[in-house]
Amino acid sequence: MSEPTIDLRTIWNESGVQTVLDSLDAELIGLAPVKKRIREIASLLVVDRVRRDMQLAAGAPSLHMSFTGNPGTGKTTVALRMADLLHKLGYSRTGHMVAVTRDDLVGQYIGHTAPKTKEVLKKAMGGVLFIDEAYYLYRPENERDYGQEAIEILLQVMENQRDDLVVILAGYKDRMETFFRSNPGMSSRIAHHIDFPDYNDDELLAIGELILKDWNYRLSPRAQKVFRDYIERRRAQPHFANARSVRNALDRARLRQAHRLLEGAGNVDKLALQTIEPEDLLQSRVLAGVRAVPDTKAAS
Amino acid sequence: MMTNPGNRITQGQFSFLPDLTDAQITAQIKYALANGWAVSVEYTDDPHPRNTYWEMYGNPMFDLKDPAGILMEVNECRKTFPNHYVRVVAFSSVRGIESPTMSYIVNRPKNEPGFALTRQEGPGRQIHYTVTSYAAVKPEGERYG
Repeated sequence: MSEPTIDLRTIWNESGVQTVLDSLDAELIGLAPVKKRIREIASLLVVDRVRRDMQLAAGAPSLHMSFTGNPGTGKTTVALRMADLLHKLGYSRTGHMVAVTRDDLVGQYIGHTAPKTKEVLKKAMGGVLFIDEAYYLYRPENERDYGQEAIEILLQVMENQRDDLVVILAGYKDRMETFFRSNPGMSSRIAHHIDFPDYNDDELLAIGELILKDWNYRLSPRAQKVFRDYIERRRAQPHFANARSVRNALDRARLRQAHRLLEGAGNVDKLALQTIEPEDLLQSRVLAGVRAVPDTKAAS
Repeated sequence: MMTNPGNRITQGQFSFLPDLTDAQITAQIKYALANGWAVSVEYTDDPHPRNTYWEMYGNPMFDLKDPAGILMEVNECRKTFPNHYVRVVAFSSVRGIESPTMSYIVNRPKNEPGFALTRQEGPGRQIHYTVTSYAAVKPEGERYG
C-alpha cells in the first residue's frame, strides 16, 4: 500500500499565488524582508491546505498580522496585496479590504463605541480589516477612554471568527510595541509581525521613476541627478515619509512643469509635455540654495 | 379542521418549510447582498399577520460584502430574544421599488399557541371576523415565557 503523493508545486501554481507574488516583486521596490515573509506565509497556507486535504488537522492558522514601519513604507499597499493573496488561497472569501483608523471604531459617548466597531467589523467580514495607526486605540492617559471597549470587541471577533475576518494592525514600530506591551491579549492573537524597513536613496529614486511612468512623465537625465540630490536632502528634513514624500515632490514638480510650459513659448511637443526638467525640481524649498545644476555633486 | 399542526405562523418566505439552518440563512443573505439589497434583522412577539412593522435589531446593514456579519447579528438577536420571532429583511433601494424584497423568519418561540377566531354578527347577519393571538393576550415581553 503506497501513500498517495501530492505535487506541492502544482498546487502552488494553480492557486495563482505566484502571480500575486510576481506583481509584488515587480511593482514594489525594495522591501526584501517583507516580500520574504509574505512568501513564507503563502507557503504555510498552501501546505496547510494540502494537509487539510489529507486530514492532518492542525486548526485554522491564525492570520492576523501587524505591519510596523515608518510612514510611506508601503504598509497599506502590501495589505491590499495580502487581501488578494488570502483570497486566492481561499482564506478570505471576498478579498476586499476595509481600511479604518481610530475615528471609525471609537465612539464619542457611552454606548456609541460598540455599534460603531461592530458595523466596521461587519463590513470587513469575509475580507481584511486594516487598522492604521492602531496604537491610538489605546490611550493609557485617559482611563475612561472608549478605545479599550473597541479593543475588547475587536479581540472577541478576532478570536471567535477567525474564518471570517483577518485583522491587520499597522503603525510606527516603537509605538506599536508599546501598544502590544500594554495589550498582551492583542499581541498574543497576532501571529505575524512584519517590519517594513525604510527605503534607501536608490530605491526611492526607482520608486519616483515608477510613479512618473504611471503618470506618463519622465525625468530628463539632468533632472534625475537633481532628484537624487533632492531625496538626499529631503531625508534629512523632518516629516520625511519615504515613498509618500517622493510622490508629493513629484506632484509639485508636475505643477511647476505645467506652469513653465505655459510661461514659455506656446508650442510644445509630446516629449516636452512628458519631461520634467531640473528647473521644475530646483524651485523646491528643499533645494533652496542649490541654484546651479549640480553636475559634479550628483556624482557623489 | 387543523390545517397547520403546531400552529407555526406562516409569514414571509420559506415559512411553510422546516426552520432554515444557518447555512441556508447564509445562502439567502448572500443572494440578497449579491443583488445589492441592504439587510436588517427585526424581532417581535406579536405574531398577528397585520403586524407589519417589527422592531429593528441594531442598525440596517449597508455596504456589506459578506453574509458572516449579518449572521453574527442574527445570532446576537436570537441570544437576546430567544423566545421572540426574528426575521431577516432585505431592502431594495432601487428607485420605483424602495421596499423590502425579502423577508423570512429565522427564529420562533418554542411554543406557538396559535390564534382565536372571533365571529361577530352584524346587521343583516353579516359576519365580521377577528383573529387574536392567544399569546398576545399577555403584555409585550411576557408573551412567550
